[in-house]
Amino acid sequence: MRMTIRALRKSFGNTEVLRGIEFDDDVTTLAVIGSSGGGKSTLLRIVGGLETPTSGTVAVDGEQVDFRENALPAYRAQVGFVFQQGGLFHHLSARENIALPLRTVHGVPADEADAWAQALLTRFGLEAEGGKRPAQLSGGQQQRVAIARAIAPRPKLLLLDEPTSALDPEYTNEVLDVLRDLRDDGVRFVVVTHEMGFARHACDKVAFLHDGTLLEYGESARLFAAPQTPELRKFLGKLLEWSV
Amino acid sequence: MRVLRTLARPFTAPANTPASWVRGVLNYALACALVVGVVWASLIAVGVNLDFGFAVQYRQRIWDGFALTVQVSAASLVASLVIGAAVAVGQGARVLVVRYLCDFYVKVIRGTPLLVQIYLFFYIIGTAWGISNRFLAGVVILSVFEGAYIAEIIRGSVISLDKTQLDAARAVGFTRAQALRHVILPQMVARTLPALTGQFASVIKDSSLLSVIAVIELTQTMQEISAANFNLFGCYFLLGGLYLCLTLPLAFVSRYFEKRLDYAHDHTRAA
Repeated sequence: MRMTIRALRKSFGNTEVLRGIEFDDDVTTLAVIGSSGGGKSTLLRIVGGLETPTSGTVAVDGEQVDFRENALPAYRAQVGFVFQQGGLFHHLSARENIALPLRTVHGVPADEADAWAQALLTRFGLEAEGGKRPAQLSGGQQQRVAIARAIAPRPKLLLLDEPTSALDPEYTNEVLDVLRDLRDDGVRFVVVTHEMGFARHACDKVAFLHDGTLLEYGESARLFAAPQTPELRKFLGKLLEWSV
Repeated sequence: MRVLRTLARPFTAPANTPASWVRGVLNYALACALVVGVVWASLIAVGVNLDFGFAVQYRQRIWDGFALTVQVSAASLVASLVIGAAVAVGQGARVLVVRYLCDFYVKVIRGTPLLVQIYLFFYIIGTAWGISNRFLAGVVILSVFEGAYIAEIIRGSVISLDKTQLDAARAVGFTRAQALRHVILPQMVARTLPALTGQFASVIKDSSLLSVIAVIELTQTMQEISAANFNLFGCYFLLGGLYLCLTLPLAFVSRYFEKRLDYAHDHTRAA
């Protein structure tokens, strides 16, 4: 799947968060890293159709995304999105969280939607939790349900906005394991993450966002082994300071 | 100390935790006995002998008054929901006149006594615009009054809607209409239903004030009966009891909704 981003800018009021992002490459598994406030989440939200750019374009497989409000629901339905936390509908069970969009957005018959939802829950080790509401699930379980909901309609691309940042360490791994398995099954995703081990070993490519610009991009092995810019060296160095 | 604690055990439970049902029933009966005892002693002190014999004699009129109270309250509840929802939407309107009008309405209605509104509306606005039907006037006044409170309940629930929930609704590809139907409305109903049920109890109680414009609802009926038989205390005790028959079940329904629809917190794991 080819993603093309041209001269992408985004301002909130007087604050420019993205200052001209350029990107053109096939996306398989991509980690977006960088310090807080660098525009990572904003970029992901624009690619997911949740935010409109101030200027510039995004194209998926050569088809330019139409950011007019009445065109966006159809685009959003083609990509899956996982939030940092609280993205599941509070009032619905885990199974219904997955099945409802399948029925209403994708026109899947009710019994098929339920069966597919249950199959995904089983695959993610949640077969007994289908009837529970989000508040009854652990943080890690909630995120696994959120991932199940996002991939249920078989989207072209899965987008994850810091899916493990709000989790305790023991839950982080269960969510990252799910993502690694998805990668092995050929699911394409872009993940904004602070888990450098995951970015390095489970993602093919890494993009380093700094101060609203895409400062460095490439194979993850190369990027971590030989960072080219002083900013990335400094960023990675800071992370290593307290590592074991 | 230990003896005291053992003796006190049937009458205590840790703070903020429900008691076992045996203990609950026992102590609830105790609380009721306490209240009845105080009232009884007061009645004896002032030398009042309660007599409810009139209730049989006037049963048809009491029933009619009771039925009218229920009708006025039910009609007002429906109308005040419509008004409240419209005003809650209006308070966020783009047209500033509409926004400020709604704001002004809520402030004035909530800031003045219902009694004042009833008199002013009935004798000035009602007369000027030809609303002489007392039932209709009563429903209109009560709906306008309660509508302001319901608008605040609804506005509060809109404000408390979680932004991520709206984001998630967009992310799965819902259109605006689908997000409203599948996410926003169900969550708002869950948040407002307990408060709205409580508000219905208020409507029922507030409807008693319509007696001042001679709507023959329950309170007015009882006032007429007491004027005829001079059994003021018997009439008012019965009146209070009949209102409780309507409002107590509502309190239970409200509590039920509160527990049932509170999906933001986990009640099953706490148990």
